[in-house]
Order: sequence, then structure tokens, then C-alpha cells
Amino acid sequence: MTDSRTDLAVADAPPPAPPADQGSGKPEPERIRVRSWSWSEAAELGGVALAALSLVWLVYEQLTGLSGGLGFFLCWFATFLIMYWIVQRQRHDKMAARDRLVTVMIGGLAAVIFAALAVIIGYVIFRGYSTLRLHFFTVDQRHVGPLSPATAGGGLAAIVGSLEQVGLALLISVPLGVGTAVFLSEVKGKLGRPVRIFVEAMNGIPSILAAIFIYQIWLIEAHNQVSGFAVAMALSISMMPTVARTCEVVLRLVPGGLREGSLALGGLEWRMVRNVVLPTARTGIITAIVLGITRVVGAAAPALIDGGESNTVNWNPFHGPQDDLPYFVYRLVREPIKAENLRAWTGAMVLVGIVLVLFIVARMFSGTWHPLGWGRGLIDRSRRSRSPLIETDATSNGGSS
Amino acid sequence: MTAIDTTRPGSDAANKDGPSRLTAHGVHAWFGNHHVLADVNLDMTPLEVTALIGPSGCGKSTFLRLLNRMHELVPSATLAGHIELDEVDIYRGDLSATEVRRRIGMVFQKPNPFPAMSIAQNVLAGAKLGGIKLADRDATVERALTRAGLWNEVKNRLSMNGGALSGGQQQRLCIARALAIQPEVLLMDEPCSALDPTSTRRVEETIGEICSEVTVVIVTHNMQQAFRVSQQCAFFLATEGEPGHIVESGPTEKMFSEPDDQRTLDYVNGRFG
Amino acid sequence: MTAPLLANDPTATPPAPVDRITVVVRRSFGDRVFHLSARAAGTLTLALMVLVFYFLLNASKTFFKVESFSKFMTDQAWVPDEANAGVGSLLFNTILVSFLGVIMAFPFALAAALYVSEYAPRRLRRSLTLLLDLLAAVPSIVFGIWGFFFLMPRQRHLSIWLSHELSFVPIFKVTDGQYADSPFIVGTVLALMIIPIAASVMREVFSQAPPVEREGALALGGTRWGMIRSVVLPFGRGGIIGGMMLALGRALGETIAVTMLVSVVFTRSTHILHQGSNTISALIALDWGEASPIARSALMAAGLVLFVITLLVNVVASMITSRTRSGSLTEI
Repeated sequence: MTDSRTDLAVADAPPPAPPADQGSGKPEPERIRVRSWSWSEAAELGGVALAALSLVWLVYEQLTGLSGGLGFFLCWFATFLIMYWIVQRQRHDKMAARDRLVTVMIGGLAAVIFAALAVIIGYVIFRGYSTLRLHFFTVDQRHVGPLSPATAGGGLAAIVGSLEQVGLALLISVPLGVGTAVFLSEVKGKLGRPVRIFVEAMNGIPSILAAIFIYQIWLIEAHNQVSGFAVAMALSISMMPTVARTCEVVLRLVPGGLREGSLALGGLEWRMVRNVVLPTARTGIITAIVLGITRVVGAAAPALIDGGESNTVNWNPFHGPQDDLPYFVYRLVREPIKAENLRAWTGAMVLVGIVLVLFIVARMFSGTWHPLGWGRGLIDRSRRSRSPLIETDATSNGGSS
Repeated sequence: MTAIDTTRPGSDAANKDGPSRLTAHGVHAWFGNHHVLADVNLDMTPLEVTALIGPSGCGKSTFLRLLNRMHELVPSATLAGHIELDEVDIYRGDLSATEVRRRIGMVFQKPNPFPAMSIAQNVLAGAKLGGIKLADRDATVERALTRAGLWNEVKNRLSMNGGALSGGQQQRLCIARALAIQPEVLLMDEPCSALDPTSTRRVEETIGEICSEVTVVIVTHNMQQAFRVSQQCAFFLATEGEPGHIVESGPTEKMFSEPDDQRTLDYVNGRFG
Repeated sequence: MTAPLLANDPTATPPAPVDRITVVVRRSFGDRVFHLSARAAGTLTLALMVLVFYFLLNASKTFFKVESFSKFMTDQAWVPDEANAGVGSLLFNTILVSFLGVIMAFPFALAAALYVSEYAPRRLRRSLTLLLDLLAAVPSIVFGIWGFFFLMPRQRHLSIWLSHELSFVPIFKVTDGQYADSPFIVGTVLALMIIPIAASVMREVFSQAPPVEREGALALGGTRWGMIRSVVLPFGRGGIIGGMMLALGRALGETIAVTMLVSVVFTRSTHILHQGSNTISALIALDWGEASPIARSALMAAGLVLFVITLLVNVVASMITSRTRSGSLTEI
């Protein structure tokens, strides 16, 4: 298979003329494109779905005494599956019928979950957008009273806090994270294994534990007051392992030949890392940083414990209580005032927007992106051909029969 | 599907007299707009070995994959023409792709036993995938492994993992796996290209033995191998910018000694390709 | 080499040991600084983890002075100021809602991952992969606010329905009509939060199942589902386990989304539809502000328990995945 398929990328649109010795001038024969489904099967599916709907409609409330929209949906789906199985079983052997049943089940579950998640995000954006005014980004809550409308005031205090805290957290965790990644992939040594295990383990530390840890050492033992900086330190504990793990994966993808090539030229190791390894993995490292940001930008627990409460803008992250966006949302959700709740929706929507923007930024820097620290393809992508043909035949074509 | 005896655990259509005939008329193949195979006509003689030879990129493997509907797994792939198994068109007839593949087995270039399964489970994988209930599993395993020439080497470790065998043994396990569901035709896509000479020899012996029961179509780059194992031979060629096609086909003896076409003579004598 | 080599001398028994050369690398100043700083970064990471553990332990000591550790682990009440507090019910409730979330999430996460990697039309596949990754990055507070305002009032109906129709199942029993803030609702929100995370890991692993094995299964006449069962799922086992463990870790530690939804209880009840749920992280978030120093110490002690559990879950997850075939490719 390989020989005939690897040359696909070479020729784009050769003349469809048959070879000379097969008699030129023949019309192009009728081409078959084998589809994995046909209209008749789609009609069958729709028909069964409708039949199940009618049956459940008739029987549901009368005979079973069940009620409620969700119960109806569940009964319909179950009836549909049973009927679909019966219909398929009459036309196909056991395995083919089972294959179709599983296809419908997996498609159904996936559709439900994608729809549910779309509803969540859509609902947040819908609710948030209705009270979003431009001044949400320019004023804080200082003139907001309990009777102010939901559009009064804004989230400037929270936005400033989020920006400064995430920025400070980046200053702490990026050098540490990239350094750890370089240590794991370039220096190694006896400490390598324990460090890797601890980075893995640390990746799962709940942000609230990072928050109370910082509370203990920074506020209690070192006698400091709540501040944006304390929040930033707690955030960097969550951010650092994400940056380190993604970076390490990316660094490992840098071809060994490049390293050896540089060392063979008599280069020093640190120059090799600085001039060869890190630049090669640059886009991957940027992605790692963006990943780190998305990991912490929505964490409210650090501000809750270490940040204090502030409705007015505090530009100084090292002094005085400082709000941030997730804490802003959390606080306002718990207020018994409707207008405050509506502001919380706006804050949540802005958070979703920030993640979306970060996501797009990450996409711009690298062809592929994984929020859980996957580095596969982060640097490799550019070398691949953009041809849709080679794209489709490169890997895993088995799934599309 | 009900339980059937081990001698014919194939699909219902397999229960017929005489060997099955696989023929191709006017077959074309495309990947997207790229025309890779043009107007191929070939009759694969029952119970003989047909070798497909030719330089790289001439469409042999594509043709082989057309024969058991593996071609369509590539998303942009299209085809034209007629491929018939016992006068039933495998693309237009009532046969589903899975039925076609069950009746026309395939062995790949790289040995691909299922690594999560034991040797015995690998052999029985086809029956399991096809939902076929076997009357006697042990007998099926033994028979398939014996036919693939692997039984004596593995009979004491059937529960061992299939991935732990050597490359040549893995390839013969794949042949056993394909034979276990009693296909009528066995397609082999350069089955020895990843193997060492000794393993290659064993696989060739295996081919010689199984062709008494199953029609074999084999793609090979190795002229000596084509000469050793096949009775029929087809020479594929693709010139620059044009799709692959068959230059000449016929009995292997004739193709290697006095072919009609000069290019065939040049190729089999290693003067190009 | 200094020792004379007497090659093939039959009289020399035992043969003279060959001197090994130890290459002493004399690094330049730059390289030494580089090595030192990289090692420092690695060590600092290591130290940070130990520090977190040490300070949590240290801070809990205040409370362990007034109540013994063994009593703390079993005590169901939470009145730390009277030296009567423990994680007996807290831990139970934390694990209850996390497992509820994971159990509810599993079929959906698996289906979503399989759909994207195996069933989706090729044109849609890339967009869906992106969507899944994006959803996995959505902050948990978004799920929390949605759960609080949207789901809670609506899921009430489902809870009532379940408790009426399936009241013979003990865990669905609710007798007093209190359905709000139940473990079921918290679990649902957690499930929705972790589905994209788990699905994202699984999809990545599934998509790496070797094409040659996929073709092998299809060439034997296997259907797509047959191919998935014999190739994709065995190959992706590490990713499935790893993805679910990662999701469990996230669920165990999730703070804010849960804090919005719980109404704190300190009983051990398996009636998942009934009001009252709790987790360690939610309790810390709720009580921290007004807590006395001794109560904070007790909360630290509870945090320590959570720390150890999440650590175990993560380490076990990475151990399991690294032992499966796809494990070397799995980065959870």
C-alpha cells in the first residue's frame, strides 16, 4: 500500500488521460466513491427515531405513569435503540447490526454531551452578554449600591487583579517551569526521576491547598498581609507543573541530531541549549506558557484565601487586598441580590472570553494544542505538508470505513 | 450465524463447490484527483499464486487493496471498473465490505498481530470479529497454525502474547490469522519485505503449501521471490505523470524467460526499477 | 590504559581485569552555571512539594495537640473549637461526590472520545478535537455558576422523578422532599466539568492506535466496532484509565464550583438525591474566613488529608499508564 500512497503528495492534478498503450481517447469511466452511509440508511434511522417517538408519545404518560421531559427523552432513546436493533437485525448479520447499534449509541451520547457543554457555554455567554457594557472594563464597583442596576459599575478591580496576579505568577513559574523542563530533558541526573514524579503529582494539587500553603508561610509565618502577590504565589504553584510538563514534552521532541550536531561542532552545552534547543522549541514553550495561564486564570480559591476582598481598583499587587475575576464571580454569585448575580454572569463570560482568546493565541503559535500538557506535534507540525491528500493518508485511516 | 464445523467456518457463501474466481475488468483508482491506476484487467487463476511485480509507486499495492475493499478506507479514494468474486461484483453487488474482506483475506507488509491478544486469540480474532461461533476452537487454532507452518514452533506457548514472537513468526501468525476464517482468496502485500532471509524462506514455503486450498495474490519487489512462488505474474508500470497500468501478464515462466514486452524483460532482469 | 593487556594468554587465569576509563568532564564556567541553574530549578520544584507537605503538617499540629490523629480520621463532626472535628464524614462525602461525577462522566467521556477519533466525519474531526480541548480549558467556575443558577432549579425535577420512580433503589430514596444541594447535583456539575478533560486524554490516545493494527482488524472482516474493540480500546486502555484518574484528581480537588453548590452536612448518607453534600476543599473555602486559629489548623489537617489523596491518585495514575502500551505516549 505504501508505494502507491506515498506519492500522492507529489502530483496534484495529473491529466486523467489513460496511458497511451491502453488506447487513448477513452471516456473516463464511472467513478465509485464508497460511502460509509447511504441515504436509505439515513432514512431508516430517521424512520425508526420517529416511530419510537410516536410509540413513546402514545404509551408514556398513559401506561407507565412516568412524567417529565428528561424521562420522556430517556424512554424515547431506549425505545429507539431497541427498535433500531430489531430493524438492523432483520437486514444484517449479528456483527453488522451490533456495529450499527453501537454507532448510534456512541453518536447519541456524544451528541448529548456536546450539546450539553454547548448549552453551558452558550448560556453563560448569553446571560453575561445581556448585562455587559463597555464600562465593565473601565470602572470598578466603588459607586455600586445594593439598589444599582446590574449594568452599573464594572469589573476593573477584578480585571486589574487578574492581570497582575497572573503576570506575577508567570514571572515566578515560567523560569522555574522551563528550568525544570530543561533539567529533566537536558541535564537529567539522579534527581531526574523524583523531580518528574513530583512534577506529575504537583500537577494535581488542588488550588485551595496551594492557597492555604501560601497563607501559612507568607501570611502567618512571614507576617505579611493579604495581597495580590500572595495570590500570585499560590497561582504559580498550580501553574509551574503545567509549564514544566508541557515544556519537557516539547523539548524532548527536539531532534537529538540537532543537539549532537551542535556539540560535535565544539559548542558548549549551555550555548547548545540556548541557541539550538530552546529556539527550536520556542513555539512549544509559548504554548506551554499559555496552557499555564488557562490553568490558573479561573482559579478563585487563592484570591479567596490570600487575596482579600476589594471592590475598588488596587494597582499595587504587593500591598492591600486585591480582587481577581474568578473570585469576583464567586463572591457575587453568593450575594442574595439579583443585580449582583447578573454581574457575576458578566464576569464569568469575560473569563470564558479570556480563555477563548488565549486558546486562539496558542493556536496561532502552534498547529496543535492540548490543554493537558500534550506536546505531540507542537514543533513538528510545520514540517508536514499542507496538502489535504497527505494529511488524510498520513495516519489512522482505518476509522473511516 | 449458527455454529458450523471447523472445516468451513467461512461465510455462507463460501459453502460452494470449487475454488472462487477473482477477476478485475477495467479497474481504475484515484486518490482525490490523482489517477493512480488505469484500466487494469486481470484474472486471478483459482488455486494458483499470482504475483504482482513492478517498480515502486506503480499501483500494485493499490490494486491489491482494491481487491478486498481496503482501498476505500482512504478518505479521498475512488475507483472505477468491475472486480468480481465468482461473478458477483464486490462493489456493486449485495456484498458488504466486511463480507468481502472475510472472503478475501489480507496479509500486510509489516506483521501486525494484535499485541493485546495471545497467539491463540490472534488466530481466532477473525472468527470473533465476524461473530462466527466455532465448534472446536482448539482444532481451528491448530489447523490454521499448521497451515501457516507455525504450529510446531508455538504449540507449547499458545497463550503467550502474539507480539513476543520474532518478526517472521509474527508474519506467519498473521497468515494463520487470515487463514483461520477460511478465505477463498488471500492477498499478500510484500509479506517478506520486513523479514530476514530465513523467515522469508519459511513464508515462501507456507505460500507454496496454502495455495492448494486458497487463491493467493502477492505483491513483491523481489524478482526471485516472484519467480519462486508464483505461477501467474502481472507486471505493473507507471511512467512519469501517468497512472499505473499492467504492461503484461501471463504465466510466470513465460514472463521471466520470453516476455512479449521489452520493458518486462528489462525489469525482470533488473535493468530498471 | 595502564595495565598491560595479555590477549589470549591461556596461563592468565583469571584474566586481568580491563581498566575502565572514567571520563572526567571538565566543564567550562558557562556550562557549570547552566547545569547548576537547571539543577536548582529541578531541586526547587522538588523542594516546593516537600514544603507544601511540611507546612500543611506543621500547621495541622496545633490541632493535633488538642485531638489525636486517629480520632481526627474517624470523627464525623466538625466543631474544631471544641476539639471535636474530623474527616470521617468529610472524606466520605468528598469521595462520594467525586465518584458520582466520575461514574456519570465515564460513558459520556468515552463516547465523546470515540466519536471524535473514530466516528466523526473527517472534516468535522479537527474542529471537534479543538472544541474538546477548548472545553477542557474552560474554568471550573463557569460550570459552577451554571450549575447554581441553571441546573439546580431544573435538576430538581429529575431528582424528584428518580426518587419517585426508583425509590426501591436505596440510594435514590428521599422521604422529606429536600432535593437542593444534593450530592447528585454536585456530582453532575463535576461530571460536566471533567468530561472534556477525560475525553481529551482518551481521544489523543485513541488517535495513536497503530494504523497497521486497525487495518489488520478490518482486513479480517471486522466491523468498525469490532476494530475498535480489538485494537483501539486495548491500545487506549492506558489513556482511558489515565484520563479517568486525572478527572478523578480534578474532581477531588475542585473547590469553587463545588463550594457554590454544597450545603454542608457532616453525616454519612448514601442518599445521593437528598439535600446535603460536602467536600474538604469546599469546607476550607467556606469556613476559612471566619475560622479561629484552632479551626484553621483543623482545616489545614483536612487539607493535608486531601493533599495525600490527590497525590496518591496522581501517582497511581501515572504508574498505571506508564505500564500500558500506550502509556509511553500518554501524558496525563
